[in-house]
Amino acid sequence: MITHTMSNAKAQKQVFESLIEIIRKTSTELPGDVIRAVEKGKSAESPNSSAAYAMNIICQNIDLAKVKSQPLCQDTGTVIFYAYYPKKWDYSVVHKLIEKAVSAATKKGYLRQNSVNSLTGKNSGTNVGPGAPYVHCEAWAKDEFEFKVMLKGGGCENVGAQYSLPDGRIGAGRDLKGVRKCILDAVYQAQGKGCGPGILGVCVGGDRASGFVHSKEQFLRKLDDKNKIKELAELEEQMVKEANELGIGPMGFGGKTTLMGCKIGALDRVPASFFVSVSYMCWAYRRQGAKLDKAGKIQKWLY
Amino acid sequence: MIQLNAPFTEEKVRNLKLGDQVEITGIVFTGRDAVHKWLSEGNNPPVSFENGIIYHCGPVVMPQGAGAKKGWKVTAAGPTTSIREEPYQAGVIERLKVRAVIGKGGMGEKTRLACQQFGCVYLHAIGGAAQVLAEKIVKVQNVYMLEKFGSPEAIWQLEVLSFPAVVTIDAHGNSLHREIDSLSKSKFEELLKR
Repeated sequence: MITHTMSNAKAQKQVFESLIEIIRKTSTELPGDVIRAVEKGKSAESPNSSAAYAMNIICQNIDLAKVKSQPLCQDTGTVIFYAYYPKKWDYSVVHKLIEKAVSAATKKGYLRQNSVNSLTGKNSGTNVGPGAPYVHCEAWAKDEFEFKVMLKGGGCENVGAQYSLPDGRIGAGRDLKGVRKCILDAVYQAQGKGCGPGILGVCVGGDRASGFVHSKEQFLRKLDDKNKIKELAELEEQMVKEANELGIGPMGFGGKTTLMGCKIGALDRVPASFFVSVSYMCWAYRRQGAKLDKAGKIQKWLY
Repeated sequence: MIQLNAPFTEEKVRNLKLGDQVEITGIVFTGRDAVHKWLSEGNNPPVSFENGIIYHCGPVVMPQGAGAKKGWKVTAAGPTTSIREEPYQAGVIERLKVRAVIGKGGMGEKTRLACQQFGCVYLHAIGGAAQVLAEKIVKVQNVYMLEKFGSPEAIWQLEVLSFPAVVTIDAHGNSLHREIDSLSKSKFEELLKR
């Protein structure tokens, strides 16, 4: 029994260390699929334009953050965790380890002090508080762990939008044509405010809460994947093409790359409701994940 | 590339025009949501902003050294979205005689008109480029309101060297944000009809 407790304590410590490393990597390095999309965007802009100037600084910043191992963007955002753990572990232990790792990563400067009490305005200084970090945690049958992390900044979070169809203002009905209009409107409304070029996560259906959650889960997909649902795969491609015709460009300076990707999922809805929930992700698209062995050591990066 | 060096004067900023790429050298003060709300309630800043630059930024700042050598180092410092300060910015420009505002995402009509009337410009920094921009901050000179507002919202007095930005609202009534909005709006309306 004592041996078991000791080994568990050892594994807990290792999971904690691994979680800090996952947070560090998420905050300071962009995944390969995102870097490829940024480089593609950069090469599309005309030389000497303000758009090219912006994309150049963005690329310099990606390199510098990695070399210095410091936050790519000072807004390290809402910390969003998706955690899967072996059944013999206790939920509260895993949850607590995530909170401890977030607090430690904040102390190390990988995360900004970013959780503010909404009533008093007081910053906890640790990124831990009611609802912070956001954690989706579930046990699974495997004896290993999987953690995925997203850091979603406030600037892009603020330009997310939810539509209830039919929407008379933009003439959007309850079908994919209407969904298309909502997405175009969300991109137009966001202009340069969400640190474009951006990426959209969209949910068709669900309720107001599940719709936004599912729209954000689209960001766990790789930019170069293909939607398994044919209609959605087509719409995703069409939206990127059409959004880029708007000419808003990087930072809203005008230019060819307004959107680098659009990922769409669908949930069932009740007959009375038809929501389209659009989440916007900035170019500083920080998501990472890792598989950990049963001892808590990082075995493999997921992105 | 235009060098914009302290002291910042009305004449200097009136000479800038839309699309100019500038590099700022001198002192900037960070100020974002809490500071703008507080200033607009009639409070005076703890240090004069006259002819100064306000930077919409909530930096990551780490304590450095100990004892007499105790200080701060900015480790990440990109701009935050400026439009949230739109209700307050024009009043702050007028009352405190601010010459430039650095931020991202652009600002609205009230700020555009205040820039024109009182001789101020809006300088767009590259959002998310926290490391490139932190490298341009050579010194943290002081911090105010740290206890009251917390680190991201405090007023940090920063010495910057060749800090890059683009003029997107000039002091002559021009706004790139208004132009892009209008161009993208007509394209958007065309796409809705398709």
